[in-house]
Amino acid sequence: MAKIYSNPSSKNENLAPKGETISFLLNYSKALSVISYNKMKFETLLN
Amino acid sequence: MNKELTQDAVLVSNYINGNEQALSILIERHKQKIYSFIYSKVYDRDVTEDVFQDTFIKVIRTLKRGKYNEEGKFLPWVMRIAHNLVIDHFRKNKRMPKFQNAGDFSIFSVLSDSSLNAEKSLIKDQVESDVRRIIEELPEDQKQVLLMRIYQDMSFKEISERTGVSINTALGRMRYALINMRKVIDQNNIVLTN
Repeated sequence: MAKIYSNPSSKNENLAPKGETISFLLNYSKALSVISYNKMKFETLLN
Repeated sequence: MNKELTQDAVLVSNYINGNEQALSILIERHKQKIYSFIYSKVYDRDVTEDVFQDTFIKVIRTLKRGKYNEEGKFLPWVMRIAHNLVIDHFRKNKRMPKFQNAGDFSIFSVLSDSSLNAEKSLIKDQVESDVRRIIEELPEDQKQVLLMRIYQDMSFKEISERTGVSINTALGRMRYALINMRKVIDQNNIVLTN
């Protein structure tokens, strides 16, 4: 069936991540600490 | 275009050096493009949200580990990570396909939950009660054999030993018990089906 062009395209949806996701990522980044020791890297999450 | 690319590289560098605000700017600048890209592949908001989050977790970890080589291609690099995570998602889904009820037909109309609902449970109790009452109407010797066979799961050998009769006699009594039960059911028009 042919596409009905009078209908609005679904591509106009506002596609963006939730605020909580962004918030989580920024907090994760602040908490993440990478320590190098003897060619090894240790990741820790600071509280 | 070049100015923005340079700015991305500067932001990345600042972030690696401890400037958390730089990450916030980078995410803000590119979030819509990355999110839209993921959504265009998976067409599911929740999955898109997860993949977006996982993408940036990888970005953050790589940058903090100092494993990122700056070649002026921050966004393509992030998109590549997102793309690979989308593929991982499809691979995982293939192994354990997710069932989504689409349209009129529901598979649950042919697959049933085996536990009894309240109505069926009531009917079951009623049927069992009726059967018990019918058994009570039987002659004592037939009732005895039937109860041992059906309710105590005894073999006819065990029944014959317990009641002191031959196996053939026990078998005969069982047969007559069932014939008489059917007679009672027919005469009284009892319905014992669920």
